[in-house]
Amino acid sequence: MNIDSIQNGVVIDHITAGKGMKLVELLGLNESELSVAIIKNVHSRKMGKKDIIKIDADIPFNLDVIGYVDPEATVDIIRNGKLVEKKRIGQPEILKGVIRCKNPRCITSVEQELKHIFKLVDGEYRCIYCETKAD
Amino acid sequence: MRSVIDVMDLSVGELDELIETATDIINHPDDYADVCHRKKLATLFFEPSTRTRMSFEAAMYELGGNVISMSEASSSSAAKGESVADTVKTVSNYVDIIAMRHPKEGAALVAANNATVPVINAGDGGHCHPTQTLADLLTIHREKGRFDNLTIGFCGDLKFGRTVHSLCSAMARYPGSRFVLISPEELKLPSYVKKNVLKSQNIPYTQTTDLEGSLQELDILYMTRIQRERFFSEEEYVRLKDSYILTAEKMKNAPEQMIVMHPLPRVNEISVAVDDDPRACYFKQVLNGKYMRMALIMKLLKEAGRI
Repeated sequence: MNIDSIQNGVVIDHITAGKGMKLVELLGLNESELSVAIIKNVHSRKMGKKDIIKIDADIPFNLDVIGYVDPEATVDIIRNGKLVEKKRIGQPEILKGVIRCKNPRCITSVEQELKHIFKLVDGEYRCIYCETKAD
Repeated sequence: MRSVIDVMDLSVGELDELIETATDIINHPDDYADVCHRKKLATLFFEPSTRTRMSFEAAMYELGGNVISMSEASSSSAAKGESVADTVKTVSNYVDIIAMRHPKEGAALVAANNATVPVINAGDGGHCHPTQTLADLLTIHREKGRFDNLTIGFCGDLKFGRTVHSLCSAMARYPGSRFVLISPEELKLPSYVKKNVLKSQNIPYTQTTDLEGSLQELDILYMTRIQRERFFSEEEYVRLKDSYILTAEKMKNAPEQMIVMHPLPRVNEISVAVDDDPRACYFKQVLNGKYMRMALIMKLLKEAGRI
């Protein structure tokens, strides 16, 4: 499958092999009705193996999710069959509403509609409320 | 709006300033008797803590201010399911400053993010308790006359003991600090505290289970209670609760100049007989806590332009 097989959509490329499914899950694509192709263990000259996700729809993404799962992944925006933008996400400093704090003593476990927010501290994501490390 | 959630929200310079103010309050209490005239403090205690609440209330009254309190959390709006955010948004309309204790970690940050008046964290679960650390720092300053080159032994529950984590972080900022971490295996200082506070700054520390063997090298012994409320299992609590008991006999082997501190309340980890030892400073900490809370209330109200 090639990038140009999508007319208007997004290709998440250079995903470390094995992380594609987690990304699909966190992006909610497993429950979506969009046309999504998940390609696992594709040969890559640079990476050896990689995963690729292709979404045949021009929809907004929480890029932080991608940066959290795999900071090396790239996002290609395709319009009219052409690559119009290529983004390298990197590791986000703040994660808002991406993952949940698992600490039962944390205020996020009881406070209504409180967004779960994690901050990158010394290479680890920690809940900004209770400072518990993300799983 | 400036709030204080963690003692690390305050710079070393600000800590010095608070200690200076507290010392001046001790020496000239009348000069501060009307500083907060017609100002109100709300004490929002979602879990019981008689001593901290009374300390805040005494502090505000001694500054000439007034206090309004929530009745027991079990009969308040919280019991009806109101969020912390909504509670503080409401209470902000009535008062100039809020002191809040809550059993959940991070509750104080939620309060600070939603209040329109300064919030002081009076304890958020096992997370932070900055005004206890302020009390500890004033006690160290008054008893030892310095913050640098001190060896501090923390003993007891170093895992859940928030006062230990906070004081450890605060003292790590002064040159020559050294820590002796005395605890059962199960209640050792969490690795993230060791990594972020001690290892990252190359601060020397040792870990041991032996209290008596450690006493000789200490300038300060900071005892803590094994807290029942931090355990999910009663069995685990019962097994560990009597791990360390400081007795008058053990104090005979401690240095003449070593002081004993404890955030209180104690259960049985310090024998009552130790209270008469001039090195016992835990009741002085209580009084020092009130002075530091006075200094902090004044500082935050000044910064908020309310006094």
